[in-house]
Amino acid sequence: MKENYTMQQDQAVFNRSTQIFLMVLAAVTALVVICNQVFAPDSALHIPTYTVTLLGKYLTFALLAVAIDLIWGYLGILSLGHGAFFALGGYAMGMYLMRQIGDRGVYGDPILPDFMVFLNWNELPWFWLGFDQFWFAMLMVVLAPGLLAYVFGWLAFRSRVTGVYLSIITQALTFALMLAFYRNEMGFGGNNGLTDFKDLLGFDLQSDITRISLFVASAIALAFGYIACRFIVSSKLGRVSMAIRDAESRTRFIGYRVENVKLWIWTFSAALAGIAGALYVPQVGIINPNEFSPLNSIEMVVWVALGGRATLYGAVIGAIIVNYAKTYFTGVLPEVWLFALGGLFVLTTILLPKGVAGLMSRKGATA
Amino acid sequence: MSNFVTDYVASVRDKDHVFEFMQPHYSPKLDVRKGCILYLEDINVSFDGFKAINNLNLYIDEGELRCIIGPNGAGKTTMMDIITGKTTPDSGSAYFGQSINLLEMSEPEIAEAGIGRKFQKPTVFEDQSVFANLELSMACNKSVISTLFAKLSPLQFSEIEETLELIGLKDQRFLRAGALSHGQKQWLEIGMLIMQKPRLLLVDEPVAGMTHQEMDRTAELLISLEGKHSVVVVEHDMDFVRSIARKVTVLHQGSVLAEGSMDQVQNNAKVKEVYLGE
Repeated sequence: MKENYTMQQDQAVFNRSTQIFLMVLAAVTALVVICNQVFAPDSALHIPTYTVTLLGKYLTFALLAVAIDLIWGYLGILSLGHGAFFALGGYAMGMYLMRQIGDRGVYGDPILPDFMVFLNWNELPWFWLGFDQFWFAMLMVVLAPGLLAYVFGWLAFRSRVTGVYLSIITQALTFALMLAFYRNEMGFGGNNGLTDFKDLLGFDLQSDITRISLFVASAIALAFGYIACRFIVSSKLGRVSMAIRDAESRTRFIGYRVENVKLWIWTFSAALAGIAGALYVPQVGIINPNEFSPLNSIEMVVWVALGGRATLYGAVIGAIIVNYAKTYFTGVLPEVWLFALGGLFVLTTILLPKGVAGLMSRKGATA
Repeated sequence: MSNFVTDYVASVRDKDHVFEFMQPHYSPKLDVRKGCILYLEDINVSFDGFKAINNLNLYIDEGELRCIIGPNGAGKTTMMDIITGKTTPDSGSAYFGQSINLLEMSEPEIAEAGIGRKFQKPTVFEDQSVFANLELSMACNKSVISTLFAKLSPLQFSEIEETLELIGLKDQRFLRAGALSHGQKQWLEIGMLIMQKPRLLLVDEPVAGMTHQEMDRTAELLISLEGKHSVVVVEHDMDFVRSIARKVTVLHQGSVLAEGSMDQVQNNAKVKEVYLGE
């Protein structure tokens, strides 16, 4: 019975779950930094920098999962191509990092990245111009996925493509981009992608302090992304989104321009995914067309489904659990990983239809 | 002369209203000076040779509560479809007030002009509270940005409270709409319609599947709307129509068979023959 009452408190941006989430995130971030910096490497409490970077990677995935939850959990758009926006953000960052290498590349060309020298190119393609500027690259991190999402969404939502058809064309979108980016002539490094990065804003990417800063930056980006999504879903626009998710034509009948609501939230979600991608690339040190593969995008949806939809924090939990499991299994039993992922997905669908977050709120209600 | 100037200024100003939904109140064009809000004249509709509406003439007064009854296939739903723009008649005219020609308008335009319709099957936003349902349906600026930053003004808040009172769901305001009973959902749906501030409400079979207590409550609700809104109720249930006890129009084979009070209608020989089965 209790579940039937929607609390007024849910309309506050910083409701209880958001407060708890932000406190846990801040505490974990601080703890990881302290354990890495204060304790000596031989101490039991020491967290190696390698692990810090791994956690930083999980946090970027968590931000991506929050972006997916915003459109899937609250707006009912199942995107099977969000990896495309993540990868585009990553490529924008990767291009900046490539330009930062300068003449330290294998071929020593002051301007051209190695793969262009290898392809016997003489000058920088026009779309690489400006990427030596950090601000320009950061702008592109948001604009490239945002613009693509805007154009795609404008076409799709205006012609009222919904449900499974929309999911299929998002999948086609990321697949098409993957094929395009695999081509050497595209000028994005072909199937090797962009790698061998040296430094970011003048800081050595291999140094401990840069890696920890990137981890902290990821945590801050997750916190702000989470708050921004929370602001949207707790506003009246969030309630309109849920109305669209549950009864689209009824919402249109009341007088809301459904396609505009979808278009803006979808574009925002894509830009958020781009930011996640931009933070991911310097931490893993490579971006290649594999990030566009449809399988990746499906895996992202599994994170959100497993964590629990329409809670935001569920998406974070799901992303971290699945990726931790992935790291563990691919390390111990690589051939078992895909079976484990499939099993995890089937089990949560049967046993926890509302995901891990549903389990938590059920516990909270009985306690 | 000065009247002409002010009218002209008003019409130029009106061109500023790019978004019609930005106007919180009724369409300024609605003209009910003659006391009549809806005119249907000589309307004919046929589907594949079947005459669903046959020379229908119907006038609804401003603020009136009118019941429309009729056997199955009498053309009640088709009539509603014509008023809301879903069906275009073969001939005839339909005016909202003196000046708004309904036959030239699309469905959303008609809805924006101030005609609201409640369908037979209630569709409420089940996952959200009763309060949120009413808030969402409220007449206001519905663009994305203003929706994102929307805060309920005290006036809007009291409007919602008033509607909650009216539909008798004051104690259920934070209840999930999906947890309401069937009757309560119908009332919520009527409340959502009221929040859109229509001048004319078309209510299609409001008491289907309701208990007797719920029917009485619905009758009270519709009667309380009288005066502020014009209401057209289409209903099968004779007890319910009798309990509203207003002017009744009997439709038969697409045209008006009789019109008058419930007693007059019931004593009409033609009505007895075709509808009351005597």
